[in-house]
Amino acid sequence: MVQTNITDPSKAAGRSATSALTGSRIRQRRSALGLRQADLAKAVDISPSYLNLIEHGRRRIGGKLLIDIARALSVEPATLSSGADATVFDALHKAASDLRPLLGAEPELDRIDELSGRFPGWSAVLTQQQKRIIALEAMIDSLQDRFANDPVLAEAMHEILSSVAAIRSTADILAREPDLEMQWRARFHRNLHEEAERLSLRATQMLRHFEQQGESQDSTVSTAQETVEAMFDAASHHFPAIELDGAAAIDAVIDRAAGMEDRAARDLAGDWLRAYAEDAARLPLAEFAVETRKFGYDPARLLHMGQGDVALIMRRLAALPPQPDVPEFGLAICDASGALLFRKRINGFSIPRFGAGCPIWPLYTALTRPLTPSVMVLAMPNGLQFHGWAVAQPRTVMGFGQQPVMNATMLLQLCAEEESVTPEEVLPIGPGCHVCPREGCTARRAASVLT
Amino acid sequence: MTNRILLVEDEANILEAITFILARAGMEVRSHGNGATALEEVKRYAPDLIVLDVMLPNRSGLDILRDLRSDPATEALPVVMLTAKGQAKDRDTALGLGADAYLTKPFSNSEMLEILKRILAEHGTGLKDGGAG
Repeated sequence: MVQTNITDPSKAAGRSATSALTGSRIRQRRSALGLRQADLAKAVDISPSYLNLIEHGRRRIGGKLLIDIARALSVEPATLSSGADATVFDALHKAASDLRPLLGAEPELDRIDELSGRFPGWSAVLTQQQKRIIALEAMIDSLQDRFANDPVLAEAMHEILSSVAAIRSTADILAREPDLEMQWRARFHRNLHEEAERLSLRATQMLRHFEQQGESQDSTVSTAQETVEAMFDAASHHFPAIELDGAAAIDAVIDRAAGMEDRAARDLAGDWLRAYAEDAARLPLAEFAVETRKFGYDPARLLHMGQGDVALIMRRLAALPPQPDVPEFGLAICDASGALLFRKRINGFSIPRFGAGCPIWPLYTALTRPLTPSVMVLAMPNGLQFHGWAVAQPRTVMGFGQQPVMNATMLLQLCAEEESVTPEEVLPIGPGCHVCPREGCTARRAASVLT
Repeated sequence: MTNRILLVEDEANILEAITFILARAGMEVRSHGNGATALEEVKRYAPDLIVLDVMLPNRSGLDILRDLRSDPATEALPVVMLTAKGQAKDRDTALGLGADAYLTKPFSNSEMLEILKRILAEHGTGLKDGGAG
C-alpha cells in the first residue's frame, strides 16, 4: 500500500472517506475475531487510543502499519483498504447482517475472507444478488411512493370513483323507479352516457400514464373533433370558469380536461372555447339565466336579447348550467357545405356526425333560406318529438362585396308530453337509413338492417 | 316543514342523482358546488343537515367542516362527509373534526338514505312531514 502526499482537497476528501472505510473494516474484522482494541494495538505496537482513532477514520493508515494490522487480523491488506476485494467483503458482510434475523445459524462473519478467497465465483454471485436486492428494494420504495403521492394517479382515481358513484346512483334510480317520468328518465340516461364516456377517457388516460416509457402514442383512436366533443360532453357544455373569467380561463379548462394531450384536439378545443367566451361576454349568464327562466326557456321569446343574432340565443341556451329546472337542449352547427362542425347531443335524438342524415334536415333547410329562422317539430321513430329551431347566418361580419361564410345552427328540445302537436306540423325523421325502422319512408336511400 | 338538506358537491351528475333520491324521500334539497362560498350558503339556507364532499373546487370540505364546528351557530349541525378518497386516514380526519358520518364513493343510494334518516332522527330533526321512503 502506497501512501501519497495529498494536496488536492478533493483527493483529501476521497482519502478521508477511504480512511473511514478502512477503519470500519478493521473494527469489524477485529470484533469478528473477538479481539479487544488493546490486544490488536499491542500486537502492532501502537497505543489503543491511536487504534481507536484509526478505527473511527480520524487517522489515515497505510504502508507498514496497514500490513501489520492485516497480518494480525489474518487478512490480506487489500481486504481492509478500498478495492474489489473490499467491495466483495462489504457486500458479503452486509448480506449476512441484513439476513441474520431470518437465518437459523449465525453466518461465519470471521471467515468472509476465506469464502471470497476459496470461492471467488460464488462470492461474486452473492455480491451481485445483494446489489440486486438493494436495487429492487429501492424500486419498490419508489413505486410505493408513486402510488401514494402521484398527483396524476390520485386525480384520475378521484375522477374515476366520482364517475362510478354517479353511474351507480343513477342506474339504481332507473332500476328501482319504474314509474319515472319520461323527462327524468331521459335526463338520467344522458347522465349515464356522459359518465360512461368520462370513465373511459379517464381509464385510458391512466393507462397511458403507466405506459409513458413506451413509444409515442401515435395511434390515437379519436379524431380531434371527437375528443373535443367528449370534453364538452364531460362538462355538460357549460364552463363556469369561462363564464366568470372569460377567455383567460380557457387554457386552464383545457389543461384540467381529460384526454386533451393531442395538439390538434387542444387547438380545436381552444377555438370552440374562444367562441364560447365571446358568447358569454355578449350575453352574460347572470342576466341570461334570469330572462330565460322568465320566458320559459322559449327561444322565440328570447330573441330581443340577441340583438338580431338568433344563433347566439341558441348557443347560450345550449350552454346553460345543467340543473333540474333547466330543460335539456341539443345543438348542431354545420357549415355551408353541410359538414357538421359541432354538436351537443340530446337524449333520444341522433345527430349523425358524418354524411347526410334526416335529423339535420332543418340545418340544410336553413342554409337554403339564410337569415330566416325556422321552427319545426321533429319526430323520431321511437315516438319522441323534438322542437327544432334553426337559422343560417354569416359566421362573421362581412365587408362590402364579400361572399359570406355561412353557418347553420339548430337548437333541439324534447317536446313536453302535454304539448299537443297536430300531425301536419310534425316532420318524421330517423337516426339514419341503415338503423332506421321506419317503413314506407319516401326519403329512404338504403335498406335498414332492422327490417 | 320538511327536512332541509344542503348538498355541497361539484359533480353535476352525482348532484342530480342525490337530489332526486332525497327529494323522493320527502326532503327539500339545495345544491352548492363551490367550496369557497359553501359557508355563506349554509347561513342563507339554514339546513337541517349537510352532505359535504371532501374534494371541492376552491376549498376542501374538511376545511369547511372545521369552520362549521368552530362556529357556535353551526357546531351541532349534522354533517355527512362524501368523498372518493376511501383511505382510513381521511375518514379518521373527518370523524376527528366532528363529522357525523362518512360515505365513500361509490355509495349505495339506500345506504346514504338510511344514514341521513338516522342522523336526522338522532338530532331530533327527522323525519319531518312527508318522509316517504
